[in-house]
Amino acid sequence: MSFTYTPDSVAAVTTPAVSLFEITKHFGRFAALRGVSAEFMPGKLYVILGENGAGKSTLLRIVAGLLAPTRGELRVLGTGKLREVALRVGYMGHAPLLYDELDAMENMRYFAGLYGIKDDALCATVLGRVGLDAKLRRRVGQYSQGMRQRTSLARAIVHDPELLLLDEPFSNVDVASAKDMAHLLGVMRDQGKTIFVVTHQAPVMQPVADECIVITAGRLTAREKGIPRHLLSPYAAEVRR
Amino acid sequence: MKAPGLLAVTRATLAKDLRLEWRSKDAINSMLFFSLLVVVIFSFAFDPTAEVSRKIAGGLVWVAMLFATIMALNQTWARELRNNVMDAYRVSPAPPNAMFLAKTIGSFIFVTILELLMTPLFVMFYNLRSIGPVWQLVVIALLATWALVVNGTFFAVISIHTRSREIMLPLILFPISIPAILAMVSATTLVLTGEYSPLFWMQLLAVYDVVFTTVCLVLFEIVLNAE
Repeated sequence: MSFTYTPDSVAAVTTPAVSLFEITKHFGRFAALRGVSAEFMPGKLYVILGENGAGKSTLLRIVAGLLAPTRGELRVLGTGKLREVALRVGYMGHAPLLYDELDAMENMRYFAGLYGIKDDALCATVLGRVGLDAKLRRRVGQYSQGMRQRTSLARAIVHDPELLLLDEPFSNVDVASAKDMAHLLGVMRDQGKTIFVVTHQAPVMQPVADECIVITAGRLTAREKGIPRHLLSPYAAEVRR
Repeated sequence: MKAPGLLAVTRATLAKDLRLEWRSKDAINSMLFFSLLVVVIFSFAFDPTAEVSRKIAGGLVWVAMLFATIMALNQTWARELRNNVMDAYRVSPAPPNAMFLAKTIGSFIFVTILELLMTPLFVMFYNLRSIGPVWQLVVIALLATWALVVNGTFFAVISIHTRSREIMLPLILFPISIPAILAMVSATTLVLTGEYSPLFWMQLLAVYDVVFTTVCLVLFEIVLNAE
């Protein structure tokens, strides 16, 4: 099934935060993405769903500028030169992207410095926003997986990005912490940020999601307002079937 | 908010690398043990006179340093692979060359510390006395160490993307380093024996350093972002 996106009247007068034109990505002979075209308007929270290996993370890495598409074009925050907008984009990968030998504050200080920020108070505030204590001197390598994920989220948002790309931010995070993180993302969306969340835990994102996108075998196969009931637990549905 | 400058990020990345090394001691320990083994094993394998020592010491010292440098480089870059931390750098607006400079300067510091620690041992085990001026040995050591780490840092980024990176780095690095190795060994031997002036080899090392530092700086962004 192919999906064609038709911009609505609001979209027609606003520049999309992300535009994809026939994005294709091959890894050797394997096609991870096959001609994905879509436009995503600013100030919305998009949840990207799909099975393992569907191409969700590849899509996110292409938008982040970590991978170049084999074919196709993309525009992020109005430009095709992604380095120009790196200051306005935040990325949280599947791995935590943190140094195990440093504590949370040392990690934050270093990564904030990569965005030209030298403000310990700001780093401490952002850590507080994700529910971590900036005074904790334990090294990140000794953190639980949930604490690492929250530190990683803090690292991704320390420079207050306009576009936030999150790859499975809730993996190994307990339900209460995941809900707190989702609430924070909702608040950021309300402040005008554009947020993409790749996740297998759709129910956590249901209260805050504006749209959900389904990727199947490298193709964008569905795009819906909110997260419809049938997409909340596809694995449970399959089991019932 | 403004994108950070080259110097600021280089300083921050270097400070971070030194802190990580101070805490883990991964690079310095592996370099130190390897160099100690080389010194001790070769001193047992040969029993050279002072004159023979002066002739072989240049080669011995720099072969030990070359392998020790590779160990340091592998350790330094392995940290960037753990948890995919390098992705966080790549998505940031930080200049790619800042990472190259920080890693090169960091490795230069580690290898220089190693040289300072190992020099008394080399002198003791091989009964070394320099006939030429010692200050020339200091200049050669600085130029030679930079030659090793500047190329090593560059090729380490290429090799970390491969499956057998520990083997791949020396395989790529050795052929390109042959002019520098020839220059550093010849210059050191000439100073130790006092036979001729080492000036030509020192100039060659200096030119090698300038050329390869420039080329590496120009190409590093492409290598860092290679898939």
